Amino acid sequence: MRKSTVFFSFIILCGLLLFVILYRIPVSQKKSEAMIASNAKIVRELKLTDLSLFTEARYTRHPSMADLHSAFQDHPLALDHFPSGSLVTPPHFYNEAP
Amino acid sequence: MNSSFERHRNIVDFALSSLLRRKAKNLSLLAVYTLIVFVIASIIFFIHALKREAMLVLQNAPDMVVQRLAAGRNDPIPLGYQEKIAAIRGVSGVEPRLWGYYFDAAVGANYTLMASDKQQLEPESVIIGSGVARTRRLAEGDMMAFRAYNGEPTLFQVQSILPYASELVAADLIILSNRDFHALFNFPKGVATDFAVSVRNPRELTTIAAKIVRQFPDTRPILKREILRTYDSIFDWRGGMMIVVVAMAVLSFIIFAWDKATGLSAEERKEIGTLKSIGWETTDVLFLKFWEGSAISLSAFLCGVILAYCHVFFFSASLFEHALKGWAVLYPQFKLTPAVDPYQLAVLFFLTVIPYTVTTIVPSWRAATVEPDAAMRS
Repeated sequence: MRKSTVFFSFIILCGLLLFVILYRIPVSQKKSEAMIASNAKIVRELKLTDLSLFTEARYTRHPSMADLHSAFQDHPLALDHFPSGSLVTPPHFYNEAP
Repeated sequence: MNSSFERHRNIVDFALSSLLRRKAKNLSLLAVYTLIVFVIASIIFFIHALKREAMLVLQNAPDMVVQRLAAGRNDPIPLGYQEKIAAIRGVSGVEPRLWGYYFDAAVGANYTLMASDKQQLEPESVIIGSGVARTRRLAEGDMMAFRAYNGEPTLFQVQSILPYASELVAADLIILSNRDFHALFNFPKGVATDFAVSVRNPRELTTIAAKIVRQFPDTRPILKREILRTYDSIFDWRGGMMIVVVAMAVLSFIIFAWDKATGLSAEERKEIGTLKSIGWETTDVLFLKFWEGSAISLSAFLCGVILAYCHVFFFSASLFEHALKGWAVLYPQFKLTPAVDPYQLAVLFFLTVIPYTVTTIVPSWRAATVEPDAAMRS
């Protein structure tokens, strides 16, 4: 078999796979609607405000509820000492005038 | 048409043979290229899917949360404020929230404790998130020990465990009754951690927040819009470690690709000279280099994107887990709903495939325009 045939077959196969993946996204989203609705119900009932992604400190667990000076909240020299601090930056609205 | 197609097929055949002659070099390039696309695509998919899920779920968060600040720190808010805030025109409800944190020294994990009387909890029993159950190896009916404010151990029975699918919002959650919350922390009566305020017309939120601050200058209202924006900025392209990872990956790849693509080896120059001397046109040489570059970049792009999709949506982005976990003992295990932004995919394509293909053509064009004997001698 010619090398170009193998190459183009591979590219077409990968392209088709990518197309199928992208085409099936709305189907997967429809399937997970029940799960998102159940999570939304928990959020509504318990009046939750944040995702439980980073649980090591209160300002990473509840970034939207954290103190305004959360990085220094334990003592004045307490800069960000958790690795998640590099992922969680202060929200932009903190700099805005009320 | 057919002859043009056949001509390109012949060039592609030759290009692939040429790539296979330098198998080790080109396969390592393909591997690094695929890895770069994989990392960048994984980050893009992960961030986009997480942002989408956060937006969908947190749409149900309270319209506004009112905290009290004392000396610049969060402080319990007196229940006396509740009635006055509820009396503000446009406010449809004010509910006190009782919540806090509990550090479990046994496993080194932090839990979020939330009091709720709507969950029909038995006295001294709790509902726990499945992350807590996994960390503490607890099942329904087991007893869970807490250290109360005075150091006394207090036992709670696990009444139920929240479903596994809720880990993204409730992995570390422990729900207990208001009475038990007060007893465990000796939390003063007559105050709440904060208020969840609901309003009739969301467009009035800013006005109502301003009224609350005017009436109670020691309070800090947080609007739902701000909560959503917090998550938007956390997972922003510009934010935090993601940009560092992406920037480092892109930079190292640019150096790698630039070095590979711009510097033709003596062997490659000789090859171009030989091809020209046996009658290849400059355009044929350029097509040859174009197909060589395309074969590598297109294969790397397609493989990298497909692998990234599988990594994020089938294997729950397991390679990112350590970076996201940080120092937390309790990390939620969640499966993201697939969500891909075609715009971002197109940007990734134009940032990875096009520049590489172009950088392979330019030096070849330079080599292909010199006389064949000069190219062979160099």
